[in-house]
Amino acid sequence: MSAKEYRTASSARGGLLTVADVPNIAFGDRVHIRDQQGNTRNGQVIRSANDEVLIQVFEGTAELDLESTWVRFLDEPVEIALSPEILGRIFNGLGEPRDFRPPIVSNLRRSISAAAFNPAARTYPREFIQTGVSTIDGLNSLVRGQKLPIFSASGLPHNRLAAQIVRQAKLPDDDSRFSVVFAAMGVSYADARFFEEEFASSGVLGNVVMFVNMADDPPVERLTLPRMALTAAEYLAFDLDRHVLVVMTDMTHYAEALREVATAKGDVPARKGYPGYLYSDLAEIYERSGRIKDRHGSITLVPVLSMPSDDITHPIPDLTGYITEGQIVLSRELHNQGIYPPVHISPSLSRLMKDGIGKDFTREDHPHVSNQLYALYARALETRNLASIIGADELSARDRRYLEFADAFEQRFVQQGEDEDRSIEETLNLAWDLLSSFPPQALTRVNETEIAKYHRQSA
Amino acid sequence: MTQEQKKGTIQEINGPIVTIRLPGVQNGEQVRIGSLGLYGEVISLEGDEALAQIYESTEMVRPGEPVEGLGHPLSVELGPGLIGGIFDGVQRPLEEMFLKAGDQIPRGLSPLPLDREKLWHFQPSENLEPNMPIINGARLGVVQETETVEHRVIVPPDIEGELIELAPEGDYNLEETIAQVRDRQGRVHHLKLFHRWPVRKPRPYQSRDNGIEPLITGQRILDTFFPLLKGSKCAVPGPFGAGKTVVQHQVARWANADIVIYVGCGERGNELVDVLDSFPKLKDPYTGRPLMDRTLLIANTSNMPVVAREASIYVGITIAEYYRDQGYDVVMLADSTSRWAEALREVSGRLGQMPVEEGYPAYLASRLAAFYERAGRVETMDCGKGSVTLIGAVSPPGGDFSEPVTSHTKEIIQTFWALSKELADARHYPAIDWVDSFSADVGTAAEWWHENIDRGWEKRRAQALAMLARDAELSRIVNLVGPEALSSAQRWVLEGAALVKDGVLQQSALDPVDTFSSPEKQFMLLDLVLTVYDEGAALIELGVPVQELSEMPVLARLRRCKELYDSSQTDQLKAFRDEALSDFKAIHSEYAQRGEQTA
Ligand SMILES: Nc1ncnc2c1ncn2[C@@H]1O[C@H](COP(=O)(O)OP(=O)(O)OP(=O)(O)O)[C@@H](O)[C@H]1O
Ligand SMILES: [Mg+2]
Repeated sequence: MSAKEYRTASSARGGLLTVADVPNIAFGDRVHIRDQQGNTRNGQVIRSANDEVLIQVFEGTAELDLESTWVRFLDEPVEIALSPEILGRIFNGLGEPRDFRPPIVSNLRRSISAAAFNPAARTYPREFIQTGVSTIDGLNSLVRGQKLPIFSASGLPHNRLAAQIVRQAKLPDDDSRFSVVFAAMGVSYADARFFEEEFASSGVLGNVVMFVNMADDPPVERLTLPRMALTAAEYLAFDLDRHVLVVMTDMTHYAEALREVATAKGDVPARKGYPGYLYSDLAEIYERSGRIKDRHGSITLVPVLSMPSDDITHPIPDLTGYITEGQIVLSRELHNQGIYPPVHISPSLSRLMKDGIGKDFTREDHPHVSNQLYALYARALETRNLASIIGADELSARDRRYLEFADAFEQRFVQQGEDEDRSIEETLNLAWDLLSSFPPQALTRVNETEIAKYHRQSA
Repeated sequence: MTQEQKKGTIQEINGPIVTIRLPGVQNGEQVRIGSLGLYGEVISLEGDEALAQIYESTEMVRPGEPVEGLGHPLSVELGPGLIGGIFDGVQRPLEEMFLKAGDQIPRGLSPLPLDREKLWHFQPSENLEPNMPIINGARLGVVQETETVEHRVIVPPDIEGELIELAPEGDYNLEETIAQVRDRQGRVHHLKLFHRWPVRKPRPYQSRDNGIEPLITGQRILDTFFPLLKGSKCAVPGPFGAGKTVVQHQVARWANADIVIYVGCGERGNELVDVLDSFPKLKDPYTGRPLMDRTLLIANTSNMPVVAREASIYVGITIAEYYRDQGYDVVMLADSTSRWAEALREVSGRLGQMPVEEGYPAYLASRLAAFYERAGRVETMDCGKGSVTLIGAVSPPGGDFSEPVTSHTKEIIQTFWALSKELADARHYPAIDWVDSFSADVGTAAEWWHENIDRGWEKRRAQALAMLARDAELSRIVNLVGPEALSSAQRWVLEGAALVKDGVLQQSALDPVDTFSSPEKQFMLLDLVLTVYDEGAALIELGVPVQELSEMPVLARLRRCKELYDSSQTDQLKAFRDEALSDFKAIHSEYAQRGEQTA
C-alpha cells in the first residue's frame, strides 16, 4: 500500500486540521486520523501544498491534540464498494454499514465524485410516471429521469407524500416498480423509522438501498452522503439496467452542513452566509439524474427540502429551483385546512411535463386541461382575495362561480387519501367534473373538440 | 510557429485554483497540469509563482506533478465545421468526446474542435489575383458549410499584405494551405480554411453602425411591444421557472438571423438535449431548412467545472464575431449570465480578492459591460455589414432585480424582457411583464413596421399599452371597493385588457400554430382585438350593457384566433374579423333603433 503516515499536525479548528511538511499529497485524498485513544476519524484533503495540507475531518477535531495525532493518507479518493448486494442494506455517509451486517465486499469501487455526464450522451426524458397523486400527475407530471423536488416546511407532511410516491410510482400499463435509493441527511430517528417501516410494510425493502445520517451524526458526513447514494443509483441504473427512484431528505440539512464547513474554511459568503458555490455544489448532485443513450435504466430524483421560515426565496429552495426541472410546493395554509397532500399548485411546476403527456403518452386533452385548471385557479384565488375584502355577497354571479370552483378544486382534486392511487384517466375525468361547472365559452385554454368530447354540458 | 515548451511543477492545489512554478510563463497563457494534463489558464503572476485556474476537476492531483506552458492564451478554432455542433466551455467537441470516451467527460482529453480530415469544397473569390494587396478580413472564397450557411473564408484579423497565391477551386481539408500572404515584414503566412483567435480579445472591425431593423422573433410580446434591433443588447431576467430558457429557445428557433449561437452556461444538461433533439426536426421559417443548419451550441452545464463556465461565454461571443465578420446577422443567447458572474465570484473568492457586494468582486460591472460591448452592428474590415445581437438571461437570487448582476446588466442593455413570477404562476406565458419591461428601440422599430407591415403599428401598440396601464389602475380600485364602483365604460376597459392579454400577449411555445407569429399576423391580431374593443366602447356609449357585450360568443373565438389561424392564413383571419364586426353591427343597429323609438 502506498499510504503515508504523519505526526505533524499543526493546527485544529472546527472540522479542519492542518498537517505540516507532507509532500506530494493528492487533492481530495482520503485520510484516517488516529487520536490518542486510538480511535480513527475520517477526513479528506481540501488543500494541498508540500509544506502544509488542509484536511476536513468528518467527525470534527474536538478532543484531538496536535502531539499525539497520527494522520494517514490513504492515497485514494472517497469511494463506495458496489455490488447487487447493496439492495436491502443501510449505510452511513461514508458507505459503512449501519445495519450491523458486514461491509460490502467487491472489486468494484467507484469514486463518489463522478465526472459530469456529457450532454451529448443524454436522451431527453419523456416517459410519464403515474404517481397516483392528482396534483402531480395531472398538473405537474413527473417523467423518468427527471429531478423534481418537494419544497416543504417544518410540520408539513412531505415525508408522507414522498412515501406515497415511492409506493405508487409506476408507468401506466406497466407494473414493474422502481428500485429505490433513499438518502437521509440530518433526519430525526422518528423520520428514519417512518421510512424504514414504510418500505418494509409495502414490501419494497429488498429493493431499497438506504443511506442514513441522523440529526446527531457528524454533519460533515452529510456532504458525502448524497454522492454515495447517487453513485449507488448510477450503478443500479446504468450497470444493472434498473429504473431508480432516488429520494433525498432533507437537502436543507445538507446545505447547512456545507455552510458550516465553508465558514470554517473562511470561504467568502454570498447570501445568508451560504458560500457562492452552493449552486454548483447542488447542481453536481442534482444533475446526476437523467437518461443516457443506449442505457436501459434511468435515475429519477425526488429531493425533499424544508424552506427555512416557509420562505421560497431563501437561498436553499431558490438555488434548488434554478437547478431542478420544476418543484412541488407544499402549503401550510392548505395543510391547516386539513387538505392532504397540501400541494399549492401555483408555484409548483414540472418543466419536463410538456414532452411526456398528451396524445400517445397520457391523453390528448391533458396539456390543455392542466393549463385550464391553472388559469381558473389563479383567477379563483384572486376572487377569493377580493371576497375577503369586499365580502362574498358583493361579488357578481360570475365571480361567485370562481369562488365555488376554488373550494371544489381544493377539496376534490387536490385532496386525496394517502392510499388513494388515482389513475391518470381518473385524474383527468375529475378535472372535467370541475371544468364543467363553467360554461364552454369560459374555457378558452381547452379547444373546441375537447369541449365537445369531455364537457358535461356538451355531452 | 515552433516554440520551446515551458516546463515546471505544481506547488499547491486549492480546488480549481492551482499554484504553479513555471519560469517564463505569461499571464493568460494556457497550461496543462499534472500527469493527466488538465487544461487551465494562468490568471496571475507573483514572483516566480503563478496561479492558474483549471477547467477540469483537480481531484487526486498532487504537488510536484509536472506543468507545461502552451505559449498561447485561450483561443478558439474558427472555420467550417462549427455550425451544427455542440462544444463545451473551452470548445471541446462533445459529440466526438462521447464517441471516444463514453457517457462522462473524462479529464485531460482534448480532441481538436474542428475535424481535420473532412474535405470542404472551396470556391475562391473571383476578384482576387496573385500580387494584389490584401487586407485583413478580405474574403478569400467560400465553402458551403451546411445547406443554409455559406462559410466565407476570410483573412485572419492580424494578417495583411500581398496575396502571393490563392488555391484553385477544389476539395481541401483544414490543414491544407489555400492562400499565401506576405505581410509588410516580409513574412509569408500560409492561410488555411481555419484560423485561431484568442477569446478574450474582441475581433476588429472598421466602424460601428446604428441598428436599423428589428430582429423578428415571431413572439408577439417581444416584436410588437418590446422590440430588439439586430446588433442590440438585451437581458431576460426572471426568477426560476418564469420562462427565460423558453424565451431564449423561442428566439433561437424563430428569429430571422443567419446564425444562432446558444450558450448553455451553468444550466441544465437536458435543456441542451432538447435543442439537439428538436432543432434538426424543425424548419427555419425563412429558408425551410432544418434549424440545426444555422445553430451552434456551447455547453457548460451546471455540473461541469466552474472555471470553464467563465470561459464559455467568451468562446461563444468570439465565434459570433467571426460569423459577423463574414457579413452575417448573428444572434447569441447566453443562459445564464448569472452563472458566469458566479464563476467570476468563485475564482475571485479563491484568490482572496476583496468582495464588494454579495461576494462579487469589484470588477463585476466592468466585465459585464465589456462583454456586452462585443455585441453590435458593424462595418466589417472588408466593408460589409454584420451584426451580433446579444441576449443574456439573468437569474437573480430570490427573483430580486435589485441584486448586483441584474442591476449592472440593466444599465448596459437596450431591451429588457422582465419575467414575472405572478404571470408564470397563473400560466400566462410568456410571463413577460409589460410594466417592468422596456425597449429603447421602439422608434427605429416603428419605421420598419410602418414601412413593411402597417402605418398604424406605433399607435396601436401605444393604445394597447395604455389600456393595460388603465387596467392595472382600475383593478386596484376593484380590489379596494369592489367592481360595483366602476362605470360601464371602465368595466369594458377591463374586458378589453383581458382580450389583449389572452388574445395577443399570451403565446404558447408548445402550440404548433401559435409558437410562431409572423409580423403580419401579429399586427392583424392586435388590430382586431383593439377594433373589437373600440366597437364595444362605442356601443356602451349607446347604452348597451357591458354584460351583454362580455357574453358575446365571438369573444371566446377571438381569444382562440392565435391558435386557429397560422401565419399564412391571413385571409381566414380577415374573414373572422368581418364576422366579428358584423356581430357588433347587429347590436349597434338594434340599439340605434331602440334609441330612435324612445326618442
Ligand atoms: N411561452 C411559453 N409557452 C408555454 N410554456 C412556457 C412558456 N414559457 C415558459 N413556459 C413553461 O414554464 C416552464 C419554465 O420555463 P423555463 O425553463 O424557461 O424557466 P427559466 O426562467 O429558464 O427557469 P430557470 O431559471 O430555473 O432556468 C417551462 O418548462 C414551460 O413549461
Ligand atoms: Mg432556464
